[in-house]
Amino acid sequence: MSAQSASRKSGSSLAALSSRPWIWSWTAAALAFSATLWLTSGRGAGELAYAALSFGAFAAIVGLGQMLVITLGPGNIDLSVPATMTLAATLALRAMGTEPGTAFYGLAIALATGLGVGMANYALIFLLRLPPIIATLAASLIYQSIAIWSNRGLRIKPPEGLADFSTGRFLHIPNVAWIALGLAILLWILLERMTWGRWLLATGQNLRAARLAGVPVEAVRAATYITVALFASLAGFLLASFSGGAALNMGAEYLLMSIAVVVIGGCSVAGGDSNVPGVWGAALFMFLVVSMLNSYGTGAGVRLVLTGSIIIAIVIAASTRRSKQ
Amino acid sequence: MRAGKPACAPFLEYEARMSEQESAPIVSLTDAAKHFGPVRALDGVSLSVRPGDCLGLVGHNGAGKSTLVYLINGGLAPSSGEIAFPGATEAADAGVRSVFQELSLCPNLTVAENLRVSLRDMKGASWRRTAGDIITKSLDQIFPGHGIDPNAEIDSLPIAERQMVEIAIGFAPRGTKARLVILDEPTSSLDAGIAEQLLTHIKKFCADGGAVIFISHMLGEVFEVASRIIVLKDGGIVAERPTAEFTRRGLVEAMGHVAAEGTEAAASAQRHTGEIVIQTEQGLTARKGEIVGLSGLAGHGQAAALAKLYLSSSSNWRAGHRPKCVFVAGDRPRDGVLPLWSILFNMSISLLRQVDAWGWIDRKAERAKSEEWKRRIGIRTDDVENPVLSLSGGNQQKVLFARALASTAPVVIMDDPMRGVDVGTKQDVYAMLREEASKGRTFLWYSTETEEVCQCDRVFVFRNGEISAELTPPNITEERILEASFHMQEAS
Amino acid sequence: MSFFSRHRILLPVISLAVLLAATFYMQPRAMSYFGLNLLFNLAVPIALATIAQMMIIMVNDIDLSVGAFVSLVACITATYLNDSPMIGILMLVALIVTYAAMGAVIDALELPAIVVTLGMSFVWGGLALFILPSPGGASPGWLRTLMTVKPPFMPMAVVASILIAIVTHLLIIRSGFGTVLRGVGGNSRALTRAGLSVTRLKAWAYGLAGLFGVLAGMALVGLTTAADANIALRYTLLSIAGVILGGGEFTGGKVSPTGAVIGALTLTLAASFLSFLRLSPDWQIGSQGAILILVLTARLIFSRKGAAT
Repeated sequence: MSAQSASRKSGSSLAALSSRPWIWSWTAAALAFSATLWLTSGRGAGELAYAALSFGAFAAIVGLGQMLVITLGPGNIDLSVPATMTLAATLALRAMGTEPGTAFYGLAIALATGLGVGMANYALIFLLRLPPIIATLAASLIYQSIAIWSNRGLRIKPPEGLADFSTGRFLHIPNVAWIALGLAILLWILLERMTWGRWLLATGQNLRAARLAGVPVEAVRAATYITVALFASLAGFLLASFSGGAALNMGAEYLLMSIAVVVIGGCSVAGGDSNVPGVWGAALFMFLVVSMLNSYGTGAGVRLVLTGSIIIAIVIAASTRRSKQ
Repeated sequence: MRAGKPACAPFLEYEARMSEQESAPIVSLTDAAKHFGPVRALDGVSLSVRPGDCLGLVGHNGAGKSTLVYLINGGLAPSSGEIAFPGATEAADAGVRSVFQELSLCPNLTVAENLRVSLRDMKGASWRRTAGDIITKSLDQIFPGHGIDPNAEIDSLPIAERQMVEIAIGFAPRGTKARLVILDEPTSSLDAGIAEQLLTHIKKFCADGGAVIFISHMLGEVFEVASRIIVLKDGGIVAERPTAEFTRRGLVEAMGHVAAEGTEAAASAQRHTGEIVIQTEQGLTARKGEIVGLSGLAGHGQAAALAKLYLSSSSNWRAGHRPKCVFVAGDRPRDGVLPLWSILFNMSISLLRQVDAWGWIDRKAERAKSEEWKRRIGIRTDDVENPVLSLSGGNQQKVLFARALASTAPVVIMDDPMRGVDVGTKQDVYAMLREEASKGRTFLWYSTETEEVCQCDRVFVFRNGEISAELTPPNITEERILEASFHMQEAS
Repeated sequence: MSFFSRHRILLPVISLAVLLAATFYMQPRAMSYFGLNLLFNLAVPIALATIAQMMIIMVNDIDLSVGAFVSLVACITATYLNDSPMIGILMLVALIVTYAAMGAVIDALELPAIVVTLGMSFVWGGLALFILPSPGGASPGWLRTLMTVKPPFMPMAVVASILIAIVTHLLIIRSGFGTVLRGVGGNSRALTRAGLSVTRLKAWAYGLAGLFGVLAGMALVGLTTAADANIALRYTLLSIAGVILGGGEFTGGKVSPTGAVIGALTLTLAASFLSFLRLSPDWQIGSQGAILILVLTARLIFSRKGAAT
């Protein structure tokens, strides 16, 4: 939700509710959930929710990272998310080498990779004055190669303990979902309660105005590009542990996915407006719509067309709302 | 009208008709007015421009020059009154062209290609050569020996040559012949020799039956080229006479307000002897507790100087708990307001480091501070959590003032902050500035309104990006400022 | 103004020449009809996709759907165009019209092109899966013949690239219409002031992008003889990189069709170059990234020098 509407007193009227953009992605997710259950007459509700939380968690983590970058304003986007995921996962799994008890060592390797990637991306943007889209694109090609080189076609399994953890559950909720939830809460606190978040939101609304109001905009940008890489590397690490090893194309679907959940989650593409719960709702929706269409027997083609149409409809709706103001 | 030969009646009639057509005005305004909301940008102007006229148009900031130009070239429709183009339906048909200060060329296209863009009916495979010929011919006529390649990209040309191209496109035939060319500060980036070529061409163009409206801060040029001078003030014509009947001093006086205001304001100004807190390479200095004004015509480098000063005394990378200076923006959408936010957040963005601990915002302190300033500066809203865009322009400006004044920064930089602010608010803010200054704060204040600048303790007047005068009481008068804003010397 | 910033085409030409020289030095046998054919085999569809992307970048937008679009076209070409050409042609024309409509809508509603094209990339991808759920299909015979024809002196890939460069140069740089289109990116307000409709011009630019996207998909099928729904997904990133490598810029309508084709050739060559270096093919993709960064650094240095003088 936007910082502004969040801090407003929670009026319980329907109008106040519908003015919160995150409500839409959650409503859509709920609809997709009920539509699936309607077909199965309510059977398997628990399993479906569990699966949605598990798979949604990965999309949520990368989506939250991408959200921060998109919040920075027009032209800001990180195209290196999939390559970062693959690289961090590959390096971490190789370092752990299936040895038990190395999970935290592996996590450290993954996060260090993310830190390096984030700093490299920002260095290209800042030092070479490249548009973020081309800087992260060029860099991602290199990360991809490093991943291919270090992977050497081997599929290294994660240590057993780590694999168990990432597929396990706590209080009936998948562990990965707990992690994604924790990160979401952290981000929400950062954006709503801390100076740094205000600076980020101000920078995204109008970089020049923020700079003239004393916001250290370059520091904000640097931190944001590093954070998105950290999130991507964590997601890659967890996904590889979850799915029994790193695959070279494991990040591929997360490029468009990470941008899509930000848009569907109700964040402003023009920047300056983050929406943490909305991104979570969109991540669940993206999974649930697949299961819904699967249970109705429609193919992947229909799902993609539907996803695309939803994204475009949301952008058009947002633009007409803007012009009404 | 020329006298015909009495002997030959049919011929006389013919000649009279011809000369009537020739001397029919290209454009005539009858009581034309333009209002933007409550703002009267132009208030009932009657004017006609005939072939052979060269009109000098002078006036201070906000006198209504640009509005008048947009009415004549069809860019704006009048709120009331009438604008007629005898013999044509609209400005373009009548051959009215305008050459603006801001470049209206496509920088990625060549000189010839830019002509193609404004001239749609240029067809055929050899359009490039045709366009090149037309523009070269026009450039040759105006600026003999210009040396501009019609196939050069605009981007690769120095600013002066771009302006020359723009002027040449203005005079070039584009389907219709150019009959009235409006030139807004056409010589601002030309050197004296090139400017002289332009003036010579304007005289020739008018002698051949064309008409020109010439706007410039170089009074020497206006006197040299204009056959008639129109002085605008507060949206109305205050003087319109043949050039010969004006003196330079008289012209400046006609542009100014009544002298009494200036002297009264200057009385409140004081001499300061405190330590110097600001000193720039350009020669801008300010002492502790002083209100320093920046003046001159808009766009002569004042805003750029202030932005540069602010940016160099704050960092892209870190923000300390005690900022050295704060900035009050006048161009609110571009430089000031954060549009998605509430009044509260807009006010507190510069104060966060004062109310946070380890990055945590103390929301109670933030709110208390905002409520306090809302009261002190009188922002009209029932709740500081309302969106900032729900406020009127003047109240938004107050939010920006509160943002700056609530901080502890010893220096406050203000970039024309009173744009669109009502008189009552202005008085409140003046009083507040005085109070803060007496407590030892320094203010740098750029204003387009001379009346405001006259209340300062020291004034720097800018012309062409440089300081042309430094005034201290009792010399801070509108007349002195106008003198320094306009180039008084002869155009060489 | 430095020499390089005035002649924007020089840097791409030099990059390609250096890379080509290095390849020949490493592997003299590549300096032959057959060798060149091998090096640039897949260059034609990439060059066409790069031109498509260039049309969008020319009007200050960006197209994230090029890869999915080319894949869809490939699927249609390998199925409908082969089995029932009339329907196939109608579908391809409809795609081009859709592209033009997309441009008009983006301008008229002031939508962010990056998100709209992102959404469209899902739509194209879905349609492609719909048409061809599993890899297969077959290239129409005439297309196959056209793409594998062996002209004298120079291999087809090189001849076609030169042709593409000449045609698009005439269209975008030389013609009055192309000039106005570039003006949209340069200063759309100047165009509006001159009485032109920017929405209509953007529709044209997008329509041209659609046309070249269709050509790219068809060329791809002609080479590979079969298609699948993911066949060209890489093209989105490659086409953006190609435009930038070719001296284009993201804003301001500064594009060069010749440069874009050269950029596409450079990227194709960068991938095959490493096999001659006897470096592991793992670095193929990375070398494209590295060359992109190198060329952009070089461009920055030259433009800094240009600004300093």
